[in-house]
Amino acid sequence: MNKLVSISDCSKEDILNIVNLAEQFEKHPNPHLLDGKLVATLFFEPSTRTRLSFETAVQRLGGRVIGFSDAATSSSSKGETLHDTIKMVSNYVDLIVMRHPVEGAARYASEITNVPVINAGDGSNQHPTQTMLDLYSIKKTQGTLENLTISMVGDLKYGRTVHSLLMAMRYFNPTYHFVAPQELRLPAQYPEYMRANNIKFDELEDMNPVLPVSDILYMTRVQQERFTDLVEYEKVKNTYTLRSSMLESTKDNLRILHPLPRINEIAADVDDNPKAYYFEQARNGVFARQAVICSILGMC
Amino acid sequence: MSKKELVVSALENGTVIDHIPADQTFKVVKLLGLEECSDQVTIGVNLGSKKLGKKGIIKVADKFFAKDELDRVAIIAPDAKVNIIRNYEVVEKIELTLPDEVTGILQCINPMCVTNKERGVETRFHILDKKRCTVKCHYCERIINQEDLILK
Repeated sequence: MNKLVSISDCSKEDILNIVNLAEQFEKHPNPHLLDGKLVATLFFEPSTRTRLSFETAVQRLGGRVIGFSDAATSSSSKGETLHDTIKMVSNYVDLIVMRHPVEGAARYASEITNVPVINAGDGSNQHPTQTMLDLYSIKKTQGTLENLTISMVGDLKYGRTVHSLLMAMRYFNPTYHFVAPQELRLPAQYPEYMRANNIKFDELEDMNPVLPVSDILYMTRVQQERFTDLVEYEKVKNTYTLRSSMLESTKDNLRILHPLPRINEIAADVDDNPKAYYFEQARNGVFARQAVICSILGMC
Repeated sequence: MSKKELVVSALENGTVIDHIPADQTFKVVKLLGLEECSDQVTIGVNLGSKKLGKKGIIKVADKFFAKDELDRVAIIAPDAKVNIIRNYEVVEKIELTLPDEVTGILQCINPMCVTNKERGVETRFHILDKKRCTVKCHYCERIINQEDLILK
C-alpha cells in the first residue's frame, strides 16, 4: 500500500498486515521508526479524537507533525483550492493525513501529489483507519477475524463505519445480523452485494434475538435528525438502547463495539460490564494508525 | 419512395444510430457533441418501433466516429444500433460495448462529491454492472443507477 484512501482498495493481505502490525505496536509502542520524518495533519473540519490519535501515533513513532485542525485556520478560508493546498504542503512533508467534509477529497488529493495520503475521513464516504482499528479490536478480542457472528445495530443507512466494516470483513466468512428501524436499514447495494457473494446475513428490527448468538455487537447512534417522521423516532429510540441486563444470556466472548461518541444507545450501566469494549477500542486506534503510517511509508 | 422512408431521409455517407430509447435521443445528441457539429445531422424522435414502442434515430452525414466515442452511447442507450453508410449502403454494423470506466461525460449526483465542489476535477466513473448500467463514482464512491445518470 502506498496510500490509504478507501477500505475498498484493501486486499485481505493488506488488512491482515495492518492488524498484525498493530499488535506489534501495542507490544512495543515507541519504536523510533519515523525519526526525521514530517507528517502533515490537514483537518479541513474538526475531529479532535481522530486528529489526536494520529498525532499521538506519529509522535510515538518519533516523527514530527505540522498542520491545522480547522479549515478556518488554513488558507482554504481565503479561497485556496484543495488542489493548491495539497501541492503546497507536498513540498514540505513525507506523509499527508487529511480529513475533509467533501466526499472523494482524499482520493483526489492522492492523485495530484507524490506524497502518500491517508484519508482520515471524507464526509460521509470513507474513514478507513476507523475500520482498521475496528478490525484490530475484533481480532484482539476474538483471537481471529474468521467465521465470526457480527451484529450491527442502529443507523445502518448513514453510518459509514458500518459500511466500511462490513465490506472489510467480507474476506473472513462472517455471519451478519443487521438490526435497524425501517427508515435506517442498510442501503440496498449492500444486501445485493452479500447475496451475490454468498455472505450469510439477515435484517431485523428487534435487537433481542441477535444478542445470544453474537460474537461482536457493533452499536451505532440512532440520530433524531435522520427521521422524516418524528413519531417514528419516538417509537424506536429506546428500542435501540443496550442495557447491562440485556447481556445476561450472551456469549462469554461477546464484545460491544461502538465508533463513539455514543449518546444514549448504550446505557451507562454497560460501561462496567466486562463485555463493554468501546473505550479500549478507541485506544486501539493509536496502534492501528501507527501500523497504517509505517506500512504506507514502507517502514515495516 | 414510400411515405415511410420519407420520415427520415436516406444517407449517402455517414453514421446512423438507431434504436435509441425515444427519451434518450437528445442525450445521445449531447453525448456525441452533435450540438456543435457542422455536419448535416438528422434527428428523429418518437418514431414507431416494434421493440421499443417509440424510438429515436440520429443520422450524421459524412461523419465516422471513433469506437470509443460510440461506446459511450451505451451508457444511456445500451441497445442502440450503429450502422456505417457508404454510398447509401450499410457497410458496417457496430456493436456498442460499455467501457470499464468513463471520464468527463457524466456528472456525479452527489452534491458533496469533490467533482462538484472543487474546480477542475474531471469526473470518472467505474461501470459496475454492464447489463443494468450501474456506475460508481471514482471519487465519492456513490453508486448510481442508469435512470439517475446525469450527463455533464
